[in-house]
Amino acid sequence: MKAVLLLALKSAWARRLTLGIALIAIALASALLLAVERVRHDARQSFTQSISGVDLVVGARTGGVQLMLYAVFHSGNATNNIRWDSFEAIATHPAVAWAVPLSMGDSHRGYPVVGTRADFFEHFRYAAGQPLAFATGKPFAAVFETVLGSEVAQSLGYRTGDRITLTHGMAELGADHADKPFAIVGVLAPTGTPVDRTVHVSLEAITAIHLDWAGGAPLPGLNIPAEQVRKFDLQPKEITALLVGLKSRADVFRLQRHINAYKGEPLLAVLPGVALDELWQTLAMVERTLFVLSALVVLVGLAGLTATLLAGLNERRRELAILRALGASPQAIFLMLTVEGLLVTALGMLAGAALLAAGIATLAPLAQAHFGVNLALRPPSGSELALLAAILATGLLASLVPGWRAWRMSLADGLTPRN
Amino acid sequence: MIALSDLVFRWPRQAGPCLDIADFALATGERVFLQGPSGSGKSTLLAILGGVAVPERGRVELLGQDIAVLTGHRRDAFRADHIGFIFQQFNLLPWLSARDNVLLPCTFSARRYARAGNPATEATRLLERLDLAVDLWDKPAAELSVGQQQRVAAARALIGKPEILIADEPTSALDAERQQVFIDLLLTEAAAVGATLLFVSHDQRLAAHFDRVLSLADINRAATGSGA
Repeated sequence: MKAVLLLALKSAWARRLTLGIALIAIALASALLLAVERVRHDARQSFTQSISGVDLVVGARTGGVQLMLYAVFHSGNATNNIRWDSFEAIATHPAVAWAVPLSMGDSHRGYPVVGTRADFFEHFRYAAGQPLAFATGKPFAAVFETVLGSEVAQSLGYRTGDRITLTHGMAELGADHADKPFAIVGVLAPTGTPVDRTVHVSLEAITAIHLDWAGGAPLPGLNIPAEQVRKFDLQPKEITALLVGLKSRADVFRLQRHINAYKGEPLLAVLPGVALDELWQTLAMVERTLFVLSALVVLVGLAGLTATLLAGLNERRRELAILRALGASPQAIFLMLTVEGLLVTALGMLAGAALLAAGIATLAPLAQAHFGVNLALRPPSGSELALLAAILATGLLASLVPGWRAWRMSLADGLTPRN
Repeated sequence: MIALSDLVFRWPRQAGPCLDIADFALATGERVFLQGPSGSGKSTLLAILGGVAVPERGRVELLGQDIAVLTGHRRDAFRADHIGFIFQQFNLLPWLSARDNVLLPCTFSARRYARAGNPATEATRLLERLDLAVDLWDKPAAELSVGQQQRVAAARALIGKPEILIADEPTSALDAERQQVFIDLLLTEAAAVGATLLFVSHDQRLAAHFDRVLSLADINRAATGSGA
C-alpha cells in the first residue's frame, strides 16, 4: 500500500501542470471563503463590541435600530432632539448611577463631532468592558477644547496642541464654524469602535458655536467672537441622546418602561446589546449571501478537480493496467486516485490560507487607513478550522468519484486496457 | 507449473462462454508458444492466469495452488509474487526512470524483493544483460525507443526470479531483426532464472524458438472469443 501511495505521488508530480491548475482554483476559492469568514467574524466582533457597560441608550422616539445608528455609530441623523429637562429627569432617577448626554450634528472633515461631558471618557466602555484610554493629553476642560478619536488624529495627522475648526452638518464642505477654532487637548488610544472616528467636544462648545446661528445658517450681521461666548448661558436646551448606567442591572427593564412611558415628551430607551443584535440581523442577509456565494465558488473549484481527474483517467488507463499487472489491487487503484484528489485539495486549501495571510499582511495598512477596518494576522479561529475541514471533506467526496471510476475501470480492463 | 482444467469463462451479459478449456498445462521450465489471433479469447486467458478474472468454473492451478478459490487480494499478491508480465507495448510507467520501472515488482512483492538479492544491483545486472545503454538507465521511460522499452519491460518481468513469465505479443512493435534479438534475450534470461514461459503471439514465424507450440483455437472449445 505504501508503494502505491508513493507511486501516486510520483504520478501526480508527472501531471503537475494540470493538477497545479486545479490546485490554484482550489487555493483561490479557499482564500475567498476564508476571507469572507474572516471579515464576517471581524465585522461582527467590532460591531457587537462597539459599546459595553452602558445599560440603556435613550433618544427621541424612533426605531431602536435607528437610535443605535445615530447615538452609537454617529451615522444618520436624529429626527428629534431631547429636552434638557428630560435628561435631568432621567439622570436624577434613583436607579441611575450615571447619565452622559450626547449632542450631534456637526462634523470635522467628514468625521462626526459629538458634544458631551468629560465624564463620557470615564463611563464609556467597549469590548469586554475596557475603558477609554488617552494616547496623549487629557479630557477637555474649557469650551474650545477637543479630544480626538485615534483614527481622526492619525488619518488627518493631528497632535495635541493643534487647532481645528468644525463644520456645520455632516457634509465635508458645509458652512463653517471657522470663527471659533478648537485646541486639541487629548487623543484617545485606538478602540476599534466608532469612538476612533469621533471628535469630542463639550456640550457647551456645541451651544457656543451655534450662538450666532439660527435654522442651520449664520445669522446675518450677528457675529459673536469666541472670547465673548463666556458671557452667554451655554447650558444646552436640547441634546440628541444619552447613555445611562444603572446602579443595579436588575432595574434595567423597569427603567426602560419608565422612560418609554415618560410624560414630558416621547422617548425611547433601548438595551444596546439587544439593539446591536437586531441591527446585525439586518446586515446578516448580506453576510449570509456572501458566504453562500463563496461556498459555491469552492464547490466550483472542487468540481474542476473532479473533472481534471476524470479527464486524466482515460489517458492513465494504461498506467493503471500496468499497476494491476504488478500486483496492485483494485482497492489500491481506488486509493491512489482518491489520495491524489485529497492531496490536491489539501495543498490547495493550505495555499489558500497562506494566500489569505499574505493578503492580510499586505493590505492591513490600507484597510486601516481607508476603511478603518482592523485586519490582524492570527491563527485560524474555530469556525475557520471548521470551514477548512468542510473543504477537505468536500474534496474527499469530489475525489471519490474518479477513485470509484478508476476502480470500475481496472476491474473491467484487467491487464489489457480497451482504448 | 500451470494447469487449467475444465475451465469455463463467460463475460457478464454474454450468452455463450468465451473460454472453455478442458485441459491446458505447462511443465516447470517449459517454454511454450501459444498462437492466438486477437479475438480468440487470448486476453481473457491471460486475465485468468494473472488472477484478475475468475472463471465460472474449473481450476486454475499455478505452482500447485488453485488461484480461482483465493480472495481477490490473495490473487493480486500471488500475481505480484510469482508472475512477470510483458505486454505488447507501453509496458512502463512513463514518468519513472528505466531503472525504477525495473525495480517496481520489488516494491509490490516482498518475496521478489528478497529473491532479487540486492534489487539495485540486480536491476543493473538485468539492464546490462538486456543490452540497454548505461546512459538510458536513469532517463524517464517515455524517452526510450519502443525496442528499449521492451527490453526494460523484460528486465522488470525477470527481476526477483518469478516462477512464471507471461509475454503477450512482446515483439509485435519491433522490426524483424530486433524481434529475433529480443526473443533470444528473453529465452536466455528465462532459462537463467528457471522460469516457465508462456509466449502468446499471432505470429507463427516466432514459434521455432520454443519447446512446444499450441494454438488457442485447438484448446478452446468455445465457439468464439469475446472480441477482446
